[in-house]
Amino acid sequence: MDIQKALFDYTLRLGDNALILGHRLSEWCGRGPILEQDIAMTNIALDLIGQARSLLQYAGEIEGKGRTEDDLAFLRDITAYRNVLLVEQPNEDFAFTIVRQFFYDNYSFHFYTALLQSTDETLAAIAEKSLKEVRYHLRYSSEWMIRLGDGTEESNQKMQKALNQMWMYNGELLTMNETDRVLLAAGIGVDLEALKPACEAKLAEILAAATLEMPTGTWMQKGGKEGKHSEHLGFILAEMQYLQRAHPGATW
Amino acid sequence: MQTIVTENEIWEILENVMDPEVPVLSVVDLGVVRAVTIIDNAVEVTITPTYSGCPAMNVIEINIKATLQAAGFNKVTVKTILSPAWTTDWLSEAGKEKLRAYGIAPPVGRSIDEHALFGAEKKVACPQCNSNNTKMLSQFGSTACKALYKCNDCLEPFDYFKCL
Ligand SMILES: [Zn+2]
Repeated sequence: MDIQKALFDYTLRLGDNALILGHRLSEWCGRGPILEQDIAMTNIALDLIGQARSLLQYAGEIEGKGRTEDDLAFLRDITAYRNVLLVEQPNEDFAFTIVRQFFYDNYSFHFYTALLQSTDETLAAIAEKSLKEVRYHLRYSSEWMIRLGDGTEESNQKMQKALNQMWMYNGELLTMNETDRVLLAAGIGVDLEALKPACEAKLAEILAAATLEMPTGTWMQKGGKEGKHSEHLGFILAEMQYLQRAHPGATW
Repeated sequence: MQTIVTENEIWEILENVMDPEVPVLSVVDLGVVRAVTIIDNAVEVTITPTYSGCPAMNVIEINIKATLQAAGFNKVTVKTILSPAWTTDWLSEAGKEKLRAYGIAPPVGRSIDEHALFGAEKKVACPQCNSNNTKMLSQFGSTACKALYKCNDCLEPFDYFKCL
């Protein structure tokens, strides 16, 4: 794989992660457990969709075929999406949403910190911008992990259940594929393996404070980075892309 | 236009372009305008977003162009950069006072990066009664740049322009 192709794939992946998780969170709009959480989740969704916009815009530039960020978001089919499986998982309840968010925030905080050192100036700039926002997201999801885990018996059970069920989607975030290896060698990408100790330490710290038990499963789902998705992504795209598919080029 | 225009004049004109979400602050007060350059009567204004998803950025770009065009500048381009990333440290002192007068508590202290992660909650003075006896209700408020607080003395809720 040449570097240019890997860079497109990589930037697409980062953009798709932010876009799909942002879309998932936006599904809470008007349905949050309380008003403040409704607002918080939609704020985080907005940050993520903003990050996705910068990333997909750059992906379009790298590709050089004149595709805009909107083309990439609204006119690609499911197998062209490069997001990890974690971010397409359904919201289920607030516990699932918080666990999914914490896994993603913990990864993205460490990931973007490392990406600041990228020799690709645009990716480093996007990392610098995103990191400021991710700090607030990680604080938010960490606090809710603790508040609900160390809350009532019922909230603790719901969190433990969400943690156990979501666990198999946590591994893909830090699993290297060919794209990662090509870009790491080029000084552009991040060494995901090297992020593991810090991510695991943060996870252990938060779970201990939340009185939650670390899941023990070792089987991890993967495939999203290569375009192999769960059926959930199809439903997301059907909703997200409907307007542009039905009325190509519509604006308002 | 025959007269020589200086970059300072452009900066002065931009003082009249207000942030659409916090209309007491100009884009200059907010620190969103990073550079102004004039080459052969063509003006280039460089801006940076407050937050990645800030929906006001498109409006700000349109308003900058419209304001400069109304002042007689026909060739205006607006360029967006992401680095260095915007920080509340760029808010002018005058801007902070305007925020307070408008009922939004200005950012407290400087944006020391690690502070956002489990730092002790900052003491934010109520913009209505100046009491320090306030409580954060949510880290996320009506827009991305604000947190929601309430005052335990005058009991008013208020927005806090959080450090970034
Ligand atoms: Zn008060």
